[in-house]
Amino acid sequence: MIEVKNLTKHYGDKKAVNDISFVVNDGEILGFLGPNGAGKSTTMNMLTGYISSTSGSVLINGVDVLDDPIKAKANIGYLPEIPPLYLDMTVKAYLNFVFDLKKCKLPRKSHLTDICELCKITDVKDRIIKHLSKGYKQRVGLAQALIGNPPVLILDEPTVGLDPKQMVEIRTLIKKLGRNHTVILSSHILSEIQAVCDRVIIINKGEIAADDTAANLSKKISTDHRLIVRIEGNKDEILFELRKIPGLKYVRADMEREKGVYEYEMEAEEDVDLRREVSALVNKMNWTILYMNSAEITLEDIFLKITMGEGVSEHIKKLKESKSEQNETENGGNN
Amino acid sequence: MGAIFRRELGSFFTSSIAYVFLAVFYAFSGYFFYASSLYSATTDMSGLFSSLFLIIVILIPVLTMKSFSEEKKQKTEQGLLTAPVSLGGIVLGKYFATLLMYIMGISIVFVYALILSYFGDVSWNIVLSNYLALFFVGCAFIAVTMFVSSLTENQVVAAVFGILLLMVLYLLDFIAGYVKIDFIANILNSLSFYEKYYEFTCGIFNLSSVLFFVSTAVIFNFLTVRVFEKRRWS
Repeated sequence: MIEVKNLTKHYGDKKAVNDISFVVNDGEILGFLGPNGAGKSTTMNMLTGYISSTSGSVLINGVDVLDDPIKAKANIGYLPEIPPLYLDMTVKAYLNFVFDLKKCKLPRKSHLTDICELCKITDVKDRIIKHLSKGYKQRVGLAQALIGNPPVLILDEPTVGLDPKQMVEIRTLIKKLGRNHTVILSSHILSEIQAVCDRVIIINKGEIAADDTAANLSKKISTDHRLIVRIEGNKDEILFELRKIPGLKYVRADMEREKGVYEYEMEAEEDVDLRREVSALVNKMNWTILYMNSAEITLEDIFLKITMGEGVSEHIKKLKESKSEQNETENGGNN
Repeated sequence: MGAIFRRELGSFFTSSIAYVFLAVFYAFSGYFFYASSLYSATTDMSGLFSSLFLIIVILIPVLTMKSFSEEKKQKTEQGLLTAPVSLGGIVLGKYFATLLMYIMGISIVFVYALILSYFGDVSWNIVLSNYLALFFVGCAFIAVTMFVSSLTENQVVAAVFGILLLMVLYLLDFIAGYVKIDFIANILNSLSFYEKYYEFTCGIFNLSSVLFFVSTAVIFNFLTVRVFEKRRWS
């Protein structure tokens, strides 16, 4: 289990990570999502004791990383952004070195064989790391993290540099590992997080912008009051009529999809069911409707929205509110 | 510490630094041995030993230049620093591996002494004392240059600054001769590495000099540990 409390890191005046708190339970796979420079790697480096925090604490299985670093680090398998590989060693020699470095007590030969099998590097184990492709290096890095079977795995962008097939393999592997390890993995690939993680923390500018399951995150902001329709007819007339719908916040015409057919995107107040309104209007005006889709918000949208700064504060407020509500109900349940 | 020691020693040989170091050391020491002992038909090896001092000033930085700088550059230090080992263990593991390399180099003097013993009586005590002098100076110099290596991520910078720093240490008493203020000159003189080393080559085993070299080694290893601490906390 990982407990992070009020973790903060300043580099001079720059706040790289600002007051982050979260808990990762045993057997949970947590995804860390954020644009480059959001503070993902800094946070992970603090979790693993590579750098210290300016304030706040990290407990790995109840051990503070700064108070008892050796004991805490023994619980962690870490794959940094750039795998810490000694390029002039063979894979086998390197893994043996890590085995010794971690003072691993497991039976050496079978343990290393298992890990090589798991990461699919058995074929290259006698080759010098320098000569391996990026994908294989990444896998050796992962193998290195797995040595000693640490209960906590921290993986910083584990699928970077892999081809799509390898990505799927590594994701499957991580999912498998998640059954008996606590895993934190960072990524800026959304589909990856969606495929692998139970829970997502979106981090932006050093702060947690969202913390929930992937499904919940989409659900919370998904709406039936946002609509995309394609209607055949005069653009200006249609826009004029659509604007008359009560409770409409905005409507805008997108590009011309077919000849004389424009796409319209609109959003109304939350209690308005736009689908019915539009359909009634279309009937009344005798237009032809060619496409209608409620604009369901994907994780991608949330991510972009949150990280692009567009309506960030609004989202955070919303999420925090629902979070505190959740906490209250939880606390109520406990009491 | 054991794992780091073994890996470091192995990397000396895979990176060919070991061969370069040993070959150059053997070649130069062989030349000086020939010139100062064999050619002048004497079993006195002090000439060889005083020349060796200059060689190690240049070769030790070559041996240590990549010990920390390369780790930093290749980001492998992240692996070490997040492994369940203490900083002291990391530094000492590397230190002792380098020291062992160095011992492999300087032990050649016993071969030279053996050759000499063929031709005449060798005073083994003096040879041993000389050897110990070389050893203790090496202990200090390795720690100093490893410290330099921990400050940069560029091997060449580490080597050049290492050589410069050792040169300064080597020439301390020479510099002291130019300093007009007695007080400072005295301090420089008492810090002189060469003078202490020279005593050994004359066959004087001075325990305080040993202590001087060993404490230099301890201080600089400690400073290296602090460099890592500081980087973590900054």
